[in-house]
Amino acid sequence: MAAELHSYLMVGAVLFVCGVICMATKRNGIGVLMGVELVLNGANVNFVAFSRYTKLGLDGQIFSLFIIVLAAAEAAVALAIALNFYNNHLTIDVDRANKLKG
Amino acid sequence: MSGHSLLFTFFALATCLSAVAVVISQTVVRMAFWLIISLGSTAALFFLADADFVGAAQLLIYVGGTLVLLVFGVMLTASGPYLKIETSPGETIIAGMIGLLFLFIVYASISGVDWKSTPGDAVATDSPLDNRSGADGQTLRPVGLSLLGLRPDKDLSGGGDGDQPSTGYLLPFEIVSVHLLVVLIGAAYLARAKRTQQASAS
Repeated sequence: MAAELHSYLMVGAVLFVCGVICMATKRNGIGVLMGVELVLNGANVNFVAFSRYTKLGLDGQIFSLFIIVLAAAEAAVALAIALNFYNNHLTIDVDRANKLKG
Repeated sequence: MSGHSLLFTFFALATCLSAVAVVISQTVVRMAFWLIISLGSTAALFFLADADFVGAAQLLIYVGGTLVLLVFGVMLTASGPYLKIETSPGETIIAGMIGLLFLFIVYASISGVDWKSTPGDAVATDSPLDNRSGADGQTLRPVGLSLLGLRPDKDLSGGGDGDQPSTGYLLPFEIVSVHLLVVLIGAAYLARAKRTQQASAS
């Protein structure tokens, strides 16, 4: 049981690291959003694995359901912001978002 | 090697490799494609972990909803069919090294935990859902009941070891419902604002 839990946690760790690197290196705004989705999925894998292999019961699954719903909401708002940014700057490159720089 | 572990290895490899491909690929359309593969394989991993309702919700909401939204965002913001915004190779090398280091740190901290000796016998020797109402991965009814505030998988009679009985998730469910309504109104307002200004200016 502990070995299977360990392999689930490793999958979650790989997803998390890939998401963080994606958020840090992509200059496309939509790419940054995809990195956020990867990070949230890594957290979901961990929650479901703990719900299956520990005495947590159903709590982990309910938490991952909430994460899925909140990720959908976050994607909607972030996409609306990205569209507004594209309308103002005619590009989606996040390096061009430097209007607030001192 | 049993069929379960074979399937787990296959889908875990698909998840990890396509997550790496999301990071590597340059055009944003290919990133969206690899993200679909990665999220779908994650749903398969959920099915393998006896969480069939969460897996179905992952397929419906993530792969069917959020990714379609992201692809719409790609179509509405790309000036050409294969828009490339390159990162410089030096940044890519540094990011790869930092990523490997970060993965090693997480791996070391995961393997540093001795799951057998965690306090309170946290790791179940068998699936904790087996002897309760969520046996064989049929989690639809327990998940729905706990969203309504009932916990069929926990003993609520107050026996136990003196802990407070675990209540359900009715209040978070309501908060998330209101939150979704607010988010929808806010997203519609944000996406509309510029267009109405242009219309009034012209």
